[in-house]
Amino acid sequence: MSDVALALGGASFDGLVKIEELAGQGMVTLRGDLTDKAIVKVVKDVFGVTLPGIRETVFAGSTGALWMSPDEALLLCSYDDAQAKADDLATKLADSHALVVNVSDARAVFQLKGSMMREVIAKLAPVDMSPDAFKPGMVRRTRMAQVAAAFWMDDASTARVVCFRSVAAYMFALLSTAADDASAVNHFTR
Amino acid sequence: MLVITCPYCGVAAEETELHGGGEAHLKRFGPDSSDDDFTGYLFHRENPKGVHFERWRHVNGCGKWFHAARCTNTLEVFGTYKAQTTEPPKDILDTIRAKRPGFKWRDIA
Repeated sequence: MSDVALALGGASFDGLVKIEELAGQGMVTLRGDLTDKAIVKVVKDVFGVTLPGIRETVFAGSTGALWMSPDEALLLCSYDDAQAKADDLATKLADSHALVVNVSDARAVFQLKGSMMREVIAKLAPVDMSPDAFKPGMVRRTRMAQVAAAFWMDDASTARVVCFRSVAAYMFALLSTAADDASAVNHFTR
Repeated sequence: MLVITCPYCGVAAEETELHGGGEAHLKRFGPDSSDDDFTGYLFHRENPKGVHFERWRHVNGCGKWFHAARCTNTLEVFGTYKAQTTEPPKDILDTIRAKRPGFKWRDIA
């Protein structure tokens, strides 16, 4: 298989947090009624996860599902599996009112790792990032500075940020600036 | 700052995450309507100082359109409700009546 061309070639930055553009993330958008039993069952068959509740994430090993809106979920798997899984899902959902598309190449994914992760995100998004308000298992679709983004936490010090590939360079510059060593506010670690 | 809770995703979203969509509950007049009705539909908008019903879209979020009842004077939000309705729900009207006795908005009071 040909090499996957990342938007920024796997750029990374080390500051308040370690920022890395992730390779190999497959993403499949599913539109449809997320409470429809037929849709829930097919997603379970193909991706091995139950569809998440409102603003939640569900993971099962390398696959996962993120709640995007009452009728949209972002299904995660490895990049190499994404097209096959999307095709499989679309075939099995042929009789349901649903749409499936592989958006892996339309998005960029960044991982933020470090104890200051909450602060870096809080600088950019209008979201309450206090540990009581935002926890692993939640996903938030919002904006980061001027572009649409979604992020979720994998553990207490790791988050993943998804944005459109076309704004990947902007997002990386943004995250790097917010993670500049000289810019610590120490709001959450005080 | 205006903070409106999206009725679809439950996020208390601040203004920059939203986009205003103008007055709510407009009745559309199209072909075969009278000139007066069409003019009213197209141009005549409420511009109250006080209780107002508006459409908003959670544009940097779940992307859904919804309705909000708020006070344009104090930015107090009385409540939000889903888009699939042609008039404000009773519980929101009750809240407004309690907080702004005697309010009037078009033919709602």
